[in-house]
Amino acid sequence: MPGFPATRHSVIERMRTADEGARGQAFGDLVHGYWKPLHRYLCLHWHLSEDEAEEATQAFFTDAFQREWLARYDPEKARFRTFLRVCADRFVLNRRQAAARIKRGGGVETVSLEAQGELAAELASQPDAESLFKREFVRALFERALHDLRTECEHADKGLHFVLFERYDIEPADDVSYAALAREFGLTQAQVTNNLAQIRRRFRECAIDALRSLCASDDEFRREAAELFGVDPT
Amino acid sequence: MSPLTDAAVERLRIAAHRPQMPSDRYAITGEIGRGGMATVYAARDTTLGRDVAIKVVNAVASPASEERLAAESRVLARLEHPGIVPVHDAGRLLDGRPFYVMKRVHGRTLTDYLREESDLGERLRVFERACEATAFAHANRILHRDLKPDNIMIGAFGEVMVMDWGVAKSLDSSVMGSGVILRNSKNDSRPHYKTDHGTVLGTPGFMAPEQAEGDVDDLDARADVYSLGAILATMVVGDVRALRSVCARAMATNRDERYPSVAALREEIARFRAGRAVAAHQETALEKAGRIARVYRMPILLVLTYMTMRALVAIIAGW
Repeated sequence: MPGFPATRHSVIERMRTADEGARGQAFGDLVHGYWKPLHRYLCLHWHLSEDEAEEATQAFFTDAFQREWLARYDPEKARFRTFLRVCADRFVLNRRQAAARIKRGGGVETVSLEAQGELAAELASQPDAESLFKREFVRALFERALHDLRTECEHADKGLHFVLFERYDIEPADDVSYAALAREFGLTQAQVTNNLAQIRRRFRECAIDALRSLCASDDEFRREAAELFGVDPT
Repeated sequence: MSPLTDAAVERLRIAAHRPQMPSDRYAITGEIGRGGMATVYAARDTTLGRDVAIKVVNAVASPASEERLAAESRVLARLEHPGIVPVHDAGRLLDGRPFYVMKRVHGRTLTDYLREESDLGERLRVFERACEATAFAHANRILHRDLKPDNIMIGAFGEVMVMDWGVAKSLDSSVMGSGVILRNSKNDSRPHYKTDHGTVLGTPGFMAPEQAEGDVDDLDARADVYSLGAILATMVVGDVRALRSVCARAMATNRDERYPSVAALREEIARFRAGRAVAAHQETALEKAGRIARVYRMPILLVLTYMTMRALVAIIAGW
Protein backbone atom coordinates (compact mmCIF):
# COMPACT_ATOMS: atom_id res chain seq x y z
CA MET A 1 0.00 0.00 0.00
CA PRO A 2 1.80 3.10 -1.23
CA GLY A 3 2.74 5.87 1.07
CA PHE A 4 2.03 4.13 4.37
CA PRO A 5 4.82 4.59 6.83
CA ALA A 6 6.49 1.39 7.88
CA THR A 7 7.04 2.67 11.41
CA ARG A 8 4.85 4.42 13.90
CA HIS A 9 6.35 7.83 13.08
CA SER A 10 3.56 10.33 12.72
CA VAL A 11 3.08 12.38 9.61
CA ILE A 12 4.10 15.51 11.50
CA GLU A 13 7.27 13.89 12.82
CA ARG A 14 8.20 12.91 9.29
CA MET A 15 7.51 16.44 8.06
CA ARG A 16 9.96 17.76 10.64
CA THR A 17 12.88 15.59 9.60
CA ALA A 18 15.96 17.02 7.91
CA ASP A 19 15.57 14.57 5.02
CA GLU A 20 13.93 16.54 2.26
CA GLY A 21 12.74 13.40 0.50
CA ALA A 22 11.09 12.09 3.66
CA ARG A 23 9.46 15.47 4.21
CA GLY A 24 8.06 15.44 0.71
CA GLN A 25 6.79 11.89 1.14
CA ALA A 26 5.12 12.81 4.42
CA PHE A 27 3.50 15.83 2.85
CA GLY A 28 2.30 13.66 -0.02
CA ASP A 29 0.67 11.27 2.44
CA LEU A 30 -1.00 14.17 4.16
CA VAL A 31 -2.34 15.66 0.94
CA HIS A 32 -3.47 12.23 -0.22
CA GLY A 33 -5.44 11.70 2.97
CA TYR A 34 -6.89 15.16 3.47
CA TRP A 35 -7.52 16.36 -0.08
CA LYS A 36 -10.97 14.82 -0.47
CA PRO A 37 -12.36 15.69 2.95
CA LEU A 38 -11.06 19.24 2.68
CA HIS A 39 -12.44 19.66 -0.82
CA ARG A 40 -15.89 18.41 0.25
CA TYR A 41 -15.76 20.50 3.39
CA LEU A 42 -15.08 23.66 1.40
CA CYS A 43 -18.02 22.85 -0.89
CA LEU A 44 -20.43 22.10 1.95
CA HIS A 45 -19.37 24.54 4.64
CA TRP A 46 -18.13 27.47 2.56
CA HIS A 47 -20.51 26.84 -0.33
CA LEU A 48 -17.74 26.92 -2.93
CA SER A 49 -18.38 25.38 -6.32
CA GLU A 50 -16.55 22.16 -7.19
CA ASP A 51 -14.00 24.10 -9.23
CA GLU A 52 -13.55 26.84 -6.63
CA ALA A 53 -13.10 24.25 -3.89
CA GLU A 54 -10.55 22.35 -5.97
CA GLU A 55 -8.58 25.50 -6.64
CA ALA A 56 -8.76 26.55 -2.99
CA THR A 57 -7.69 23.09 -1.78
CA GLN A 58 -4.76 23.13 -4.18
CA ALA A 59 -3.74 26.63 -3.10
CA PHE A 60 -4.09 25.72 0.57
CA PHE A 61 -1.77 22.72 0.37
CA THR A 62 0.68 24.60 -1.84
CA ASP A 63 0.84 27.40 0.72
CA ALA A 64 1.26 24.87 3.52
CA PHE A 65 4.11 23.13 1.71
CA GLN A 66 5.94 26.27 0.67
CA ARG A 67 5.71 27.99 4.04
CA GLU A 68 5.96 24.75 6.06
CA TRP A 69 3.51 25.96 8.68
CA LEU A 70 1.88 22.53 9.12
CA ALA A 71 5.11 21.30 10.69
CA ARG A 72 4.64 23.87 13.45
CA TYR A 73 1.44 22.15 14.61
CA ASP A 74 1.27 21.77 18.40
CA PRO A 75 -0.56 18.59 19.49
CA GLU A 76 -1.13 20.09 22.94
CA LYS A 77 -3.62 22.59 21.52
CA ALA A 78 -5.90 20.51 19.31
CA ARG A 79 -6.08 17.34 17.31
CA PHE A 80 -4.45 17.63 13.93
CA ARG A 81 -7.70 17.30 12.00
CA THR A 82 -9.17 20.27 13.86
CA PHE A 83 -6.00 22.29 13.36
CA LEU A 84 -6.07 21.63 9.64
CA ARG A 85 -9.72 22.59 9.34
CA VAL A 86 -9.24 25.82 11.26
CA CYS A 87 -6.29 26.67 9.04
CA ALA A 88 -8.41 26.00 5.97
CA ASP A 89 -11.19 28.20 7.34
CA ARG A 90 -8.70 30.99 7.90
CA PHE A 91 -7.21 30.46 4.46
CA VAL A 92 -10.60 30.87 2.79
CA LEU A 93 -11.34 33.96 4.89
CA ASN A 94 -7.97 35.48 3.95
CA ARG A 95 -8.65 34.95 0.29
CA ARG A 96 -12.08 36.49 0.53
CA GLN A 97 -10.78 39.50 2.41
CA ALA A 98 -7.94 39.90 -0.09
CA ALA A 99 -10.37 39.72 -2.99
CA ALA A 100 -12.55 42.38 -1.36
CA ARG A 101 -9.55 44.70 -0.84
CA ILE A 102 -8.50 44.33 -4.44
CA LYS A 103 -12.03 45.21 -5.49
CA ARG A 104 -11.78 48.34 -3.33
CA GLY A 105 -8.36 49.13 -4.82
CA GLY A 106 -6.30 48.22 -1.75
CA GLY A 107 -3.30 45.94 -1.49
CA VAL A 108 -3.29 42.33 -0.38
CA GLU A 109 -2.63 41.63 3.30
CA THR A 110 -2.66 38.20 4.80
CA VAL A 111 -2.23 37.02 8.33
CA SER A 112 -0.40 33.94 9.48
CA LEU A 113 -2.61 30.87 9.27
CA GLU A 114 -1.32 29.33 12.46
CA ALA A 115 -1.56 32.50 14.53
CA GLN A 116 -5.21 33.26 14.37
CA GLY A 117 -5.95 33.73 18.04
CA GLU A 118 -9.55 34.54 18.72
CA LEU A 119 -10.89 33.78 15.27
CA ALA A 120 -9.34 30.33 15.24
CA ALA A 121 -10.72 29.59 18.67
CA GLU A 122 -14.12 30.71 17.52
CA LEU A 123 -14.00 28.54 14.43
CA ALA A 124 -12.69 25.56 16.36
CA SER A 125 -15.64 25.81 18.68
CA GLN A 126 -18.15 25.46 15.85
CA PRO A 127 -19.55 21.99 16.41
CA ASP A 128 -21.26 21.86 13.02
CA ALA A 129 -18.08 22.60 11.10
CA GLU A 130 -16.07 20.14 13.19
CA SER A 131 -18.54 17.30 12.80
CA LEU A 132 -18.91 18.06 9.09
CA PHE A 133 -15.17 17.89 8.54
CA LYS A 134 -14.88 14.74 10.64
CA ARG A 135 -17.66 13.10 8.63
CA GLU A 136 -15.85 13.89 5.39
CA PHE A 137 -12.54 12.77 6.89
CA VAL A 138 -14.02 9.38 7.81
CA ARG A 139 -15.66 9.06 4.41
CA ALA A 140 -12.35 9.71 2.65
CA LEU A 141 -10.55 7.36 5.04
CA PHE A 142 -12.97 4.54 4.28
CA GLU A 143 -12.85 5.22 0.54
CA ARG A 144 -9.09 5.00 0.65
CA ALA A 145 -9.20 1.80 2.69
CA LEU A 146 -11.74 0.31 0.29
CA HIS A 147 -9.57 1.22 -2.68
CA ASP A 148 -6.56 -0.46 -1.09
CA LEU A 149 -8.63 -3.47 -0.12
CA ARG A 150 -10.11 -3.89 -3.58
CA THR A 151 -6.64 -3.74 -5.15
CA GLU A 152 -5.32 -6.23 -2.64
CA CYS A 153 -8.23 -8.63 -3.21
CA GLU A 154 -7.78 -8.46 -6.97
CA HIS A 155 -4.10 -9.29 -6.69
CA ALA A 156 -4.73 -12.09 -4.20
CA ASP A 157 -7.50 -13.65 -6.28
CA LYS A 158 -10.03 -12.84 -3.57
CA GLY A 159 -12.43 -10.87 -5.71
CA LEU A 160 -15.36 -12.85 -4.35
CA HIS A 161 -14.54 -11.73 -0.82
CA PHE A 162 -14.77 -8.13 -1.93
CA VAL A 163 -18.00 -8.72 -3.84
CA LEU A 164 -19.57 -10.26 -0.73
CA PHE A 165 -18.36 -7.29 1.30
CA GLU A 166 -19.87 -4.88 -1.21
CA ARG A 167 -23.13 -6.74 -1.36
CA TYR A 168 -23.57 -7.19 2.40
CA ASP A 169 -21.84 -4.26 4.09
CA ILE A 170 -21.36 -1.43 1.62
CA GLU A 171 -24.51 -1.20 -0.49
CA PRO A 172 -26.80 -4.02 0.61
CA ALA A 173 -30.14 -4.78 -0.97
CA ASP A 174 -33.12 -4.68 1.39
CA ASP A 175 -33.45 -8.47 1.49
CA VAL A 176 -29.76 -9.32 1.69
CA SER A 177 -28.81 -12.18 3.98
CA TYR A 178 -25.98 -14.66 4.40
CA ALA A 179 -28.29 -17.38 3.14
CA ALA A 180 -29.25 -15.40 0.02
CA LEU A 181 -25.60 -14.64 -0.79
CA ALA A 182 -24.69 -18.29 -0.26
CA ARG A 183 -27.36 -19.38 -2.72
CA GLU A 184 -26.39 -16.75 -5.28
CA PHE A 185 -22.67 -17.55 -5.24
CA GLY A 186 -22.91 -21.30 -4.70
CA LEU A 187 -21.35 -21.18 -1.24
CA THR A 188 -22.33 -22.58 2.11
CA GLN A 189 -23.60 -20.13 4.70
CA ALA A 190 -20.53 -20.87 6.80
CA GLN A 191 -18.28 -19.90 3.87
CA VAL A 192 -20.11 -16.60 3.47
CA THR A 193 -19.79 -16.01 7.20
CA ASN A 194 -16.08 -16.75 7.22
CA ASN A 195 -15.34 -14.77 4.06
CA LEU A 196 -17.12 -11.74 5.43
CA ALA A 197 -15.35 -12.04 8.78
CA GLN A 198 -11.99 -12.11 6.99
CA ILE A 199 -12.71 -9.21 4.66
CA ARG A 200 -14.09 -7.04 7.47
CA ARG A 201 -10.97 -7.72 9.50
CA ARG A 202 -8.80 -6.79 6.55
CA PHE A 203 -10.86 -3.68 5.87
CA ARG A 204 -10.29 -2.52 9.40
CA GLU A 205 -6.56 -3.15 9.08
CA CYS A 206 -6.50 -1.10 5.87
CA ALA A 207 -8.47 1.71 7.51
CA ILE A 208 -6.21 1.67 10.58
CA ASP A 209 -3.14 1.82 8.36
CA ALA A 210 -4.61 4.76 6.50
CA LEU A 211 -5.53 6.45 9.76
CA ARG A 212 -2.04 5.99 11.16
CA SER A 213 -0.54 7.91 8.28
CA LEU A 214 -2.89 10.85 8.86
CA CYS A 215 -2.50 11.41 12.59
CA ALA A 216 -0.02 13.79 14.06
CA SER A 217 1.09 11.62 16.95
CA ASP A 218 0.81 8.09 18.30
CA ASP A 219 -1.41 9.36 21.07
CA GLU A 220 -3.78 10.98 18.60
CA PHE A 221 -3.71 7.84 16.48
CA ARG A 222 -4.73 5.69 19.43
CA ARG A 223 -7.56 8.03 20.37
CA GLU A 224 -8.84 8.18 16.80
CA ALA A 225 -8.60 4.40 16.40
CA ALA A 226 -10.50 3.82 19.62
CA GLU A 227 -13.17 6.30 18.58
CA LEU A 228 -13.59 5.05 15.03
CA PHE A 229 -12.95 1.33 15.40
CA GLY A 230 -13.22 0.53 19.09
CA VAL A 231 -9.68 -0.80 19.21
CA ASP A 232 -6.44 0.09 20.90
CA PRO A 233 -3.87 -0.38 18.12
CA THR A 234 -0.90 -0.65 20.48
CA MET B 1 -15.30 5.15 -7.40
CA SER B 2 -18.27 7.33 -6.47
CA PRO B 3 -18.26 8.80 -2.96
CA LEU B 4 -19.62 6.56 -0.25
CA THR B 5 -23.07 7.48 0.97
CA ASP B 6 -23.59 8.41 4.62
CA ALA B 7 -25.39 5.10 5.13
CA ALA B 8 -22.51 3.16 3.60
CA VAL B 9 -20.02 4.99 5.84
CA GLU B 10 -22.07 4.05 8.89
CA ARG B 11 -22.31 0.40 7.82
CA LEU B 12 -18.55 0.29 7.26
CA ARG B 13 -17.95 1.90 10.62
CA ILE B 14 -19.99 -0.85 12.25
CA ALA B 15 -18.25 -3.52 10.16
CA ALA B 16 -14.83 -2.16 11.12
CA HIS B 17 -15.87 -1.85 14.76
CA ARG B 18 -16.54 -5.56 15.05
CA PRO B 19 -14.11 -7.32 17.36
CA GLN B 20 -11.45 -9.58 15.96
CA MET B 21 -12.17 -12.98 17.42
CA PRO B 22 -9.21 -15.29 18.04
CA SER B 23 -10.71 -17.93 15.75
CA ASP B 24 -13.36 -18.25 13.06
CA ARG B 25 -15.64 -20.22 15.34
CA TYR B 26 -17.76 -17.19 16.19
CA ALA B 27 -18.90 -15.01 13.30
CA ILE B 28 -20.18 -11.63 14.43
CA THR B 29 -23.42 -10.79 12.63
CA GLY B 30 -24.47 -7.53 14.25
CA GLU B 31 -24.49 -5.29 17.26
CA ILE B 32 -27.12 -5.82 19.96
CA GLY B 33 -26.26 -3.04 22.37
CA ARG B 34 -23.48 -0.68 23.36
CA GLY B 35 -22.76 0.69 26.82
CA GLY B 36 -20.02 2.78 28.34
CA MET B 37 -18.09 -0.29 29.44
CA ALA B 38 -18.91 -3.01 26.94
CA THR B 39 -20.69 -3.91 23.73
CA VAL B 40 -22.82 -6.97 23.11
CA TYR B 41 -22.70 -8.47 19.61
CA ALA B 42 -24.94 -10.99 17.92
CA ALA B 43 -22.91 -13.87 16.54
CA ARG B 44 -23.14 -17.32 15.05
CA ASP B 45 -21.34 -20.25 16.61
CA THR B 46 -20.28 -21.95 13.39
CA THR B 47 -19.12 -25.08 15.21
CA LEU B 48 -22.39 -25.82 16.97
CA GLY B 49 -24.60 -23.97 14.48
CA ARG B 50 -26.42 -21.76 16.95
CA ASP B 51 -26.90 -18.07 17.62
CA VAL B 52 -25.01 -16.62 20.55
CA ALA B 53 -24.26 -13.22 22.06
CA ILE B 54 -20.73 -12.02 22.72
CA LYS B 55 -19.93 -9.35 25.25
CA VAL B 56 -16.70 -7.43 24.67
CA VAL B 57 -15.04 -4.69 26.69
CA ASN B 58 -14.90 -1.43 24.74
CA ALA B 59 -11.43 -0.33 23.71
CA VAL B 60 -12.02 3.06 25.26
CA ALA B 61 -13.17 1.62 28.58
CA SER B 62 -10.96 1.80 31.65
CA PRO B 63 -8.52 -1.05 32.35
CA ALA B 64 -10.61 -1.94 35.39
CA SER B 65 -13.47 -2.73 33.02
CA GLU B 66 -11.51 -5.65 31.61
CA GLU B 67 -11.28 -7.24 35.02
CA ARG B 68 -14.95 -6.53 35.62
CA LEU B 69 -15.94 -8.36 32.44
CA ALA B 70 -13.74 -11.33 33.24
CA ALA B 71 -15.22 -11.39 36.74
CA GLU B 72 -18.73 -11.17 35.32
CA SER B 73 -18.13 -14.25 33.19
CA ARG B 74 -16.88 -16.12 36.24
CA VAL B 75 -19.93 -15.10 38.23
CA LEU B 76 -22.27 -16.21 35.46
CA ALA B 77 -20.46 -19.50 35.16
CA ARG B 78 -21.21 -20.09 38.83
CA LEU B 79 -24.89 -19.30 38.45
CA GLU B 80 -26.48 -22.14 36.51
CA HIS B 81 -30.17 -21.29 36.67
CA PRO B 82 -32.96 -21.09 34.06
CA GLY B 83 -33.40 -17.41 34.89
CA ILE B 84 -29.75 -16.46 34.44
CA VAL B 85 -28.16 -16.34 31.00
CA PRO B 86 -25.61 -19.17 30.68
CA VAL B 87 -22.00 -18.57 29.63
CA HIS B 88 -20.73 -20.86 26.88
CA ASP B 89 -17.18 -19.66 26.41
CA ALA B 90 -14.71 -16.94 27.34
CA GLY B 91 -11.39 -15.69 26.04
CA ARG B 92 -9.49 -12.74 24.65
CA LEU B 93 -9.71 -10.96 21.31
CA LEU B 94 -6.65 -10.69 19.11
CA ASP B 95 -6.03 -7.25 20.62
CA GLY B 96 -6.11 -8.72 24.13
CA ARG B 97 -9.49 -7.52 25.31
CA PRO B 98 -11.55 -10.11 27.21
CA PHE B 99 -14.87 -11.38 25.93
CA TYR B 100 -17.37 -14.01 26.85
CA VAL B 101 -19.94 -15.88 24.84
CA MET B 102 -23.42 -16.39 26.21
CA LYS B 103 -26.80 -17.63 25.15
CA ARG B 104 -28.55 -15.29 22.75
CA VAL B 105 -31.81 -14.29 24.41
CA HIS B 106 -34.45 -13.42 21.86
CA GLY B 107 -36.99 -11.30 23.62
CA ARG B 108 -37.70 -7.89 25.04
CA THR B 109 -36.75 -6.03 28.15
CA LEU B 110 -39.18 -5.69 31.01
CA THR B 111 -39.46 -2.02 30.09
CA ASP B 112 -40.80 -2.94 26.65
CA TYR B 113 -42.84 -5.83 28.00
CA LEU B 114 -44.71 -3.56 30.41
CA ARG B 115 -45.78 -1.31 27.54
CA GLU B 116 -47.57 -4.23 25.93
CA GLU B 117 -48.66 -6.50 28.79
CA SER B 118 -51.30 -5.00 31.08
CA ASP B 119 -52.50 -8.15 32.87
CA LEU B 120 -51.41 -7.91 36.48
CA GLY B 121 -51.35 -11.66 37.03
CA GLU B 122 -48.99 -12.17 34.08
CA ARG B 123 -46.80 -9.30 35.23
CA LEU B 124 -46.53 -10.79 38.70
CA ARG B 125 -45.57 -14.17 37.20
CA VAL B 126 -42.66 -12.44 35.49
CA PHE B 127 -41.72 -10.69 38.70
CA GLU B 128 -41.69 -13.96 40.63
CA ARG B 129 -39.37 -15.52 38.07
CA ALA B 130 -36.97 -12.56 38.38
CA CYS B 131 -37.08 -12.96 42.15
CA GLU B 132 -36.28 -16.67 41.87
CA ALA B 133 -33.20 -16.00 39.74
CA THR B 134 -32.01 -13.30 42.12
CA ALA B 135 -32.65 -15.48 45.16
CA PHE B 136 -30.61 -18.25 43.53
CA ALA B 137 -27.72 -15.83 43.07
CA HIS B 138 -28.01 -14.78 46.70
CA ALA B 139 -27.88 -18.43 47.73
CA ASN B 140 -24.56 -18.48 45.87
CA ARG B 141 -23.47 -15.34 47.71
CA ILE B 142 -23.73 -13.05 44.68
CA LEU B 143 -25.52 -9.67 44.77
CA HIS B 144 -26.70 -8.27 41.45
CA ARG B 145 -26.70 -4.57 42.50
CA ASP B 146 -28.07 -3.27 39.21
CA LEU B 147 -31.57 -4.68 39.02
CA LYS B 148 -33.88 -2.57 36.91
CA PRO B 149 -36.47 -3.18 34.17
CA ASP B 150 -33.88 -2.87 31.40
CA ASN B 151 -31.87 -5.72 32.94
CA ILE B 152 -34.73 -8.22 32.92
CA MET B 153 -35.55 -9.97 29.65
CA ILE B 154 -38.71 -11.82 28.76
CA GLY B 155 -38.17 -14.40 26.04
CA ALA B 156 -40.43 -15.40 23.20
CA PHE B 157 -41.84 -18.30 25.23
CA GLY B 158 -42.35 -16.33 28.43
CA GLU B 159 -39.03 -17.27 30.01
CA VAL B 160 -37.61 -14.62 32.29
CA MET B 161 -33.88 -13.87 32.46
CA VAL B 162 -32.01 -11.56 34.79
CA MET B 163 -29.27 -9.95 32.70
CA ASP B 164 -26.17 -7.77 33.04
CA TRP B 165 -24.25 -9.01 36.05
CA GLY B 166 -21.42 -6.61 35.25
CA VAL B 167 -21.57 -4.83 38.58
CA ALA B 168 -22.45 -7.86 40.69
CA LYS B 169 -20.72 -8.23 43.99
CA SER B 170 -19.55 -11.50 45.41
CA LEU B 171 -19.75 -11.83 49.12
CA ASP B 172 -16.71 -14.08 48.68
CA SER B 173 -14.07 -11.48 47.90
CA SER B 174 -11.93 -14.03 46.06
CA VAL B 175 -14.35 -14.11 43.14
CA MET B 176 -14.66 -10.46 42.31
CA GLY B 177 -14.13 -7.04 43.75
CA SER B 178 -16.46 -4.83 45.65
CA GLY B 179 -16.97 -2.01 43.18
CA VAL B 180 -19.77 0.43 43.59
CA ILE B 181 -21.93 1.57 40.73
CA LEU B 182 -21.47 5.21 39.87
CA ARG B 183 -23.64 7.03 37.45
CA ASN B 184 -23.15 10.53 36.18
CA SER B 185 -26.76 11.48 36.05
CA LYS B 186 -30.27 10.15 35.83
CA ASN B 187 -30.02 10.02 32.06
CA ASP B 188 -26.63 8.34 31.99
CA SER B 189 -27.19 4.66 32.54
CA ARG B 190 -23.55 3.75 31.92
CA PRO B 191 -22.08 2.14 34.99
CA HIS B 192 -18.74 3.29 36.31
CA TYR B 193 -16.83 1.65 39.08
CA LYS B 194 -15.24 2.95 42.14
CA THR B 195 -14.25 1.25 45.30
CA ASP B 196 -13.84 4.33 47.43
CA HIS B 197 -16.25 4.45 50.28
CA GLY B 198 -19.01 7.05 50.22
CA THR B 199 -18.67 8.56 46.76
CA VAL B 200 -21.65 7.32 44.83
CA LEU B 201 -24.28 9.01 42.72
CA GLY B 202 -27.17 6.62 42.35
CA THR B 203 -29.65 6.13 39.57
CA PRO B 204 -32.78 7.48 41.15
CA GLY B 205 -35.43 4.90 41.71
CA PHE B 206 -33.76 1.51 41.60
CA MET B 207 -30.74 1.76 43.88
CA ALA B 208 -31.02 1.16 47.62
CA PRO B 209 -30.17 4.19 49.77
CA GLU B 210 -27.26 2.45 51.48
CA GLN B 211 -25.81 1.53 48.08
CA ALA B 212 -26.26 5.08 46.82
CA GLU B 213 -24.42 6.32 49.89
CA GLY B 214 -21.45 4.10 49.10
CA ASP B 215 -21.67 1.54 51.88
CA VAL B 216 -19.58 -0.80 49.78
CA ASP B 217 -18.52 -3.23 52.44
CA ASP B 218 -21.83 -3.42 54.18
CA LEU B 219 -24.20 -4.26 51.32
CA ASP B 220 -26.29 -7.37 51.58
CA ALA B 221 -29.23 -9.05 49.87
CA ARG B 222 -31.58 -6.33 51.05
CA ALA B 223 -30.05 -3.93 48.52
CA ASP B 224 -31.44 -6.18 45.76
CA VAL B 225 -34.72 -6.46 47.69
CA TYR B 226 -35.00 -2.68 47.43
CA SER B 227 -34.35 -2.73 43.66
CA LEU B 228 -36.92 -5.48 43.14
CA GLY B 229 -39.42 -3.46 45.16
CA ALA B 230 -38.77 -0.50 42.87
CA ILE B 231 -39.25 -2.74 39.84
CA LEU B 232 -42.49 -4.10 41.31
CA ALA B 233 -43.74 -0.54 41.74
CA THR B 234 -43.42 -0.04 37.98
CA MET B 235 -45.37 -3.25 37.34
CA VAL B 236 -48.37 -2.72 39.58
CA VAL B 237 -51.35 -1.36 37.73
CA GLY B 238 -54.44 0.05 39.39
CA ASP B 239 -55.11 0.74 43.02
CA VAL B 240 -53.95 -2.55 44.49
CA ARG B 241 -53.25 -1.46 48.04
CA ALA B 242 -51.80 -4.78 49.14
CA LEU B 243 -49.16 -4.66 46.44
CA ARG B 244 -48.42 -1.02 47.17
CA SER B 245 -47.75 -2.07 50.74
CA VAL B 246 -45.42 -4.83 49.53
CA CYS B 247 -43.52 -2.26 47.45
CA ALA B 248 -43.31 0.11 50.40
CA ARG B 249 -41.92 -2.58 52.64
CA ALA B 250 -39.38 -3.77 50.05
CA MET B 251 -38.28 -0.17 49.51
CA ALA B 252 -38.09 0.88 53.14
CA THR B 253 -35.29 3.38 53.68
CA ASN B 254 -34.19 1.45 56.74
CA ARG B 255 -33.19 -1.93 55.40
CA ASP B 256 -34.08 -3.60 58.69
CA GLU B 257 -37.69 -2.84 57.82
CA ARG B 258 -37.48 -4.52 54.41
CA TYR B 259 -38.08 -8.16 53.62
CA PRO B 260 -35.07 -10.01 54.95
CA SER B 261 -34.53 -11.80 51.65
CA VAL B 262 -35.65 -11.89 48.03
CA ALA B 263 -37.17 -15.29 48.76
CA ALA B 264 -39.40 -13.66 51.38
CA LEU B 265 -40.46 -11.02 48.88
CA ARG B 266 -41.24 -13.70 46.30
CA GLU B 267 -43.33 -15.64 48.82
CA GLU B 268 -45.30 -12.48 49.55
CA ILE B 269 -46.11 -12.12 45.84
CA ALA B 270 -47.01 -15.81 45.65
CA ARG B 271 -49.42 -15.30 48.55
CA PHE B 272 -51.02 -12.37 46.76
CA ARG B 273 -51.41 -14.33 43.54
CA ALA B 274 -53.01 -17.20 45.49
CA GLY B 275 -55.50 -14.77 47.00
CA ARG B 276 -54.08 -14.96 50.48
CA ALA B 277 -53.37 -11.97 52.71
CA VAL B 278 -49.90 -10.44 52.44
CA ALA B 279 -47.91 -9.77 55.58
CA ALA B 280 -47.03 -6.20 54.58
CA HIS B 281 -50.61 -5.00 54.48
CA GLN B 282 -53.19 -4.67 57.27
CA GLU B 283 -56.48 -5.34 55.52
CA THR B 284 -59.73 -3.56 56.32
CA ALA B 285 -62.84 -5.71 56.67
CA LEU B 286 -64.02 -4.54 53.27
CA GLU B 287 -60.71 -5.41 51.62
CA LYS B 288 -60.75 -8.82 53.27
CA ALA B 289 -64.29 -9.45 52.05
CA GLY B 290 -63.34 -8.36 48.57
CA ARG B 291 -60.28 -10.60 48.51
CA ILE B 292 -62.25 -13.60 49.74
CA ALA B 293 -64.94 -12.86 47.21
CA ARG B 294 -62.34 -12.85 44.43
CA VAL B 295 -60.77 -16.11 45.64
CA TYR B 296 -64.05 -17.93 46.13
CA ARG B 297 -65.83 -16.30 43.27
CA MET B 298 -66.98 -19.53 41.65
CA PRO B 299 -68.32 -21.29 44.76
CA ILE B 300 -70.05 -18.06 45.81
CA LEU B 301 -71.60 -17.72 42.37
CA LEU B 302 -72.78 -21.34 42.51
CA VAL B 303 -74.33 -20.87 45.96
CA LEU B 304 -76.00 -17.63 44.88
CA THR B 305 -77.34 -19.29 41.77
CA TYR B 306 -78.61 -22.22 43.80
CA MET B 307 -80.31 -19.92 46.32
CA THR B 308 -81.86 -17.85 43.55
CA MET B 309 -83.21 -20.96 41.89
CA ARG B 310 -84.60 -22.22 45.20
CA ALA B 311 -86.28 -18.88 45.75
CA LEU B 312 -87.78 -18.93 42.26
CA VAL B 313 -89.04 -22.50 42.75
CA ALA B 314 -90.59 -21.52 46.07
CA ILE B 315 -92.28 -18.49 44.51
CA ILE B 316 -93.62 -20.54 41.59
CA ALA B 317 -94.81 -23.30 43.93
CA GLY B 318 -96.59 -20.65 46.07
CA TRP B 319 -98.73 -19.63 43.11
